[in-house]
Amino acid sequence: MDIIKFLDRFTNESLLDSKSTRRDMFGALGSFSKKAALSAIPFGLATMPNKTYAQESGNDPVSALQLALTLEYLEDEFYDLALQSGVLPSGRPETVYMQISKHEQAHVDFLRAGLEGAGATPVEKPTFDFTVGGTFDPFNENGVGQETAYAQLLALAQAFEDTGVRAYKGQAGNLLGSDFLTPALQIHAVEAMHASEIRRLRTLKGWITGNERGDGMPEATQAVYNGEENVIQGGLDVTTLGSDEPFSMEASTEAYDEPLSGDDAVAIASLFIVE
Amino acid sequence: MKKNIVRVEPVKKSTNRRQFLRLGGMGVVGAGLLVACSNDDNGAMTPSPTPDPDPEPNPDPMVFDLGEGDLGVLNYAYALEQLEADFYTKVVNSFYGNISDEEMQVLTDLYYHEVNHRDFFKAAITAAVDGNANLVLPTLEFDYGGLDFGNREQVLTTASVLEDTGVAAYNGAGRLITDPGYLLLAGKIVSVEARHASAIRTLLNPGSADFAGDDYVTTDTGLSAALDPSAILAAVGATGFITTPFTANNLP
Repeated sequence: MDIIKFLDRFTNESLLDSKSTRRDMFGALGSFSKKAALSAIPFGLATMPNKTYAQESGNDPVSALQLALTLEYLEDEFYDLALQSGVLPSGRPETVYMQISKHEQAHVDFLRAGLEGAGATPVEKPTFDFTVGGTFDPFNENGVGQETAYAQLLALAQAFEDTGVRAYKGQAGNLLGSDFLTPALQIHAVEAMHASEIRRLRTLKGWITGNERGDGMPEATQAVYNGEENVIQGGLDVTTLGSDEPFSMEASTEAYDEPLSGDDAVAIASLFIVE
Repeated sequence: MKKNIVRVEPVKKSTNRRQFLRLGGMGVVGAGLLVACSNDDNGAMTPSPTPDPDPEPNPDPMVFDLGEGDLGVLNYAYALEQLEADFYTKVVNSFYGNISDEEMQVLTDLYYHEVNHRDFFKAAITAAVDGNANLVLPTLEFDYGGLDFGNREQVLTTASVLEDTGVAAYNGAGRLITDPGYLLLAGKIVSVEARHASAIRTLLNPGSADFAGDDYVTTDTGLSAALDPSAILAAVGATGFITTPFTANNLP
């Protein structure tokens, strides 16, 4: 299946209807440059006739796995390129990236095998641009320098892992009653373990406070964190369960991770997908 | 010291499906013994009616059964969160000596989060059963035996095992949930438990790959552990930490 056709299932019409809404989407994602806006938006998505896939709900288990596979492709290639870039300091950063890379590769293989086992054709690996049209230089290919490149490598890793956690969570309901639910949860938790470590490597807490993206994170990554400030769980405002510290806004938002819709996950991933 | 306080291993199901938590020092508890130990003062010894017309018969109405279906899973999660919350409460009330700022921050946050989870489950379950207290797992009591809360390695190792166990428990319980809302709630909590597990693992072995170590994440699939309630409760029961008996006769 074509990645663009697949992703289109998850995108809503308002996101892709016109150039102006494309620009709005980009604005919502923050401060990437206009140059990046022109070159990095997944034009392929926007030029697909939306109605072609209007009958596809995107809410079935196979679609959920295809979205997961797309995100795993992205992570897998990112960590591969990071390890090849020479930007990562040896020691903890390299050890951490190697361990995560191993898992993302395994997730790609696992999901492809699972889809094939279910009689579905796995989406093809997209072409990625981790510079987002030249906005970033995480692999120091354009001479931004090792220090800045490393900071970007960490920031992107954090954004990808925190996105992965939210995206899998958002698909859990679509896997209810499916044999894929348990493996998806098993991957979901691994993404969270990665996220915690990358965040801690960046001297942040391993968990997300409010909708804070954290020090040093580009404003463009704010979309990854919007909604994490929710304190209503199962209809209950958990800040009202008590008056002491465990029920503060900070603790109450840290204690629960929030899901991302398929649309929102696609919008974030699409920034890095060229075709 | 024991290296793994709670050893998480799949266990064979007992032939009669009864999965009693062990009482400290008492070994596997039989029905006769349970009656004898029913001097509990916290309301644990309440009957456990269940809406199912044909439930697994409760062999001992004096012992709380978690229940079946979504209610059973919620009570199960509530039991685990009670244990975690109680453990971290003790940790933060008497931090081990020479604790680093980082470790104090992490353990304090874990205390906040687990207390929040615990009280959330109590409120959520109470709401789900229209306030019928007979269906809500009572407040459990705990005894950590010889665990030395003044010993950094014992505290962090126990924390690590509890967090790893929590992740495996939620991973394994997801498929037992039928309500999408409860499934999402479990998902919201399990990833936070996984973030905890990662942080504690790194505190125990800084700079290593243990944050998602090969001992926990299967190398060829990249999957973390998932275990049924029976396996989790057998492992937790084996620690003797939980002294209030309850059963999980209607969960796998």
